[in-house]
Amino acid sequence: MTHRLEIPNIEWRRVSPRYIVVDLVGTLVFGIISCVATSLPALLFGNVLLWAIPASLAVIFIITLALTPRRVRSIGYQLRDDDLLFRRGLMFQRFVAVPYGRMQLVDINRGPLDRAVGLSELKFVTAAASTGVVIPGLTSADAEALRDRLVQLAESRRAGL
Amino acid sequence: MTVRDIIEPGARLADGQWHRLHPATPVLKGGIALLAIVGVIIVNIRDILIDVVIGGGDVPSDRDPLVWIYEHEFAGLFALALLAGVLLFVGGFYLSWRMHRFRVTDEQVEVQSGILFRTNRRGRLDRIQGINISKPFLARLFGAAKLEVSVAGQNANVQLAYLGSAAADELRREILLRASGTHSAAADAAPSAGGVIGQRVSELLSPELDPDAAPPESVVQMHLGRLIGSLLLSGFTVVLIGGIVALVVVTTTTRQPFFLFGFVPAIIGMGGFYISRFTRSLRYSIASTPDGIRVGFGLLSTSNETLPPGRIHAVKVSQPLLWRPAGWWEVKINRASSSSASGAAGQANTTILPVGNLSDTMKVLELVLPGLVDPAAIEMLERGMLSKGGDDGFTNSPRRARILRWFSWNRNGFAVVPGAVMFRSGAIWRELVVVPQARLQSLGMRQGPLLRRLRLATLSVHTVAGPVVARLGAIDKSEAVDAFGAISAAAVSSAEIDTSHRWRMTLPPAPPQIPVAEQP
Repeated sequence: MTHRLEIPNIEWRRVSPRYIVVDLVGTLVFGIISCVATSLPALLFGNVLLWAIPASLAVIFIITLALTPRRVRSIGYQLRDDDLLFRRGLMFQRFVAVPYGRMQLVDINRGPLDRAVGLSELKFVTAAASTGVVIPGLTSADAEALRDRLVQLAESRRAGL
Repeated sequence: MTVRDIIEPGARLADGQWHRLHPATPVLKGGIALLAIVGVIIVNIRDILIDVVIGGGDVPSDRDPLVWIYEHEFAGLFALALLAGVLLFVGGFYLSWRMHRFRVTDEQVEVQSGILFRTNRRGRLDRIQGINISKPFLARLFGAAKLEVSVAGQNANVQLAYLGSAAADELRREILLRASGTHSAAADAAPSAGGVIGQRVSELLSPELDPDAAPPESVVQMHLGRLIGSLLLSGFTVVLIGGIVALVVVTTTTRQPFFLFGFVPAIIGMGGFYISRFTRSLRYSIASTPDGIRVGFGLLSTSNETLPPGRIHAVKVSQPLLWRPAGWWEVKINRASSSSASGAAGQANTTILPVGNLSDTMKVLELVLPGLVDPAAIEMLERGMLSKGGDDGFTNSPRRARILRWFSWNRNGFAVVPGAVMFRSGAIWRELVVVPQARLQSLGMRQGPLLRRLRLATLSVHTVAGPVVARLGAIDKSEAVDAFGAISAAAVSSAEIDTSHRWRMTLPPAPPQIPVAEQP
């Protein structure tokens, strides 16, 4: 039996599977750069023990890459009647509920990789910095529709700070 | 557009017209620098004056520039340059005073300033987070005060420095009245009798709270002994004693007295810390007014802040270990704005009660949490502070959490009462965090691999940034999921009925009846 956190009676909306590619490429590029950079001391000094650093990094990145599809599938959100529910994370699970009236602004960001596969990232900002709701891997049409919907919902439930 | 100067106290400032600041503003703003420069010049010139008046005295040093000028007969030229400099200086200050103006309308407070680079800042009245009237010592002698309207955000305050004391009090009352949602008729300010000197003296001696706007007595009296005791028993003192012990050990073992000299500046700094903390807290007062709570601090330089209802986002009651035998507590709050007056005395203005015993603390908590009207909820507050844990209304960590919370697992818990969420933690350093549901920004729940093995989770309530962090670790996983649902529903319903941003518009409705998360 697993002791994972699960919120009852929620049908999660998942992000586009194309985001797996974006995440994989991003992790791969970062992984190669950090492995190469940490290999330099080993190459320069010829000390065999120094290879331990890039090797352990490589192992970490390979595990991260292997888990990426599952991690992306774990990202979910749902618009409930009065609040936005968001989840992400596999090993480190995180759930956030934000009442619509608390919304200060919605950001849509597109990185170069996101643009290549037609995805966007939506960021929901409240007055609390720790809210940190960022929904990656939405198709651009979805992201814009979601933003408009959120703005409309926030307007109708406007509250003080 | 006409601009009116503030000359008579009690003039109506909030009439939507442009006004200027107190005429002594340039002196107060640039005053210290000006005095210092004049002082240096006078000290240098003294010998020359003696030489001129008495004659025959020998002017000692020729390295001094002023002496050199005098000896080389450039005195006339120098005097001219000095005069021009002073004129430019004074003219600049005068111009900047002329250009600096403000107005208060029904919707906003607006300030224009700057000679070459004009700035225009507006604050919306219904977004006011607090109004602070501070009086630095020099300004108090002139009968001037700085009025600061805090709006949500970092460094987003509208500052009116300086106004006349009476004018500042009156303006605060007007602004709060407008922000509250009522558009009342003007309150007639009674012109104060007596000469200028008499007025200054009475202002200096008068209590911090202006009598017609607030009940004059504070609900908490700061006792001298308690204040000194709290300072001596603070964590800072523990660190200080540790440092002194280390210093003694190092000096005796190395037999090098030089280390001692290195610490002289640090010791002076620490003395300064204690003194500023002491003088700031000595005349502490807190009182309830129709427009929110009013907190006053300061002995020589005073500050007096009004926080309208619903501007307090989180409250933390905590007890340092050394305060425990005495039963003292400290209360801190989170608020959406930061006042520039905070850093002045080394103690942030988020500390709303520097030290108090249990009954003081309860009085302050009732003021800062006006939504908690239920006697049961107030009882919960007390239990949250004092209880050793167990089955007392709080949902505590299960026994298996004692690996993570060695001593406090039985006390580490949460409670959802009508209108607020309470997080209690710490058996040694006791702490209670209360977040009004209507101010809650979002709600989080997380679990890592370790907590998963233990079937535990972490619950956090996200509020605006401040010294209070509402996070509770190591609670039962299914309790956390239930609480997550209950609190998120409560947050929405509390926010819907919350009208505190226009607090006089309607009578405050009763907080919603939210069921407390069920006990297992």
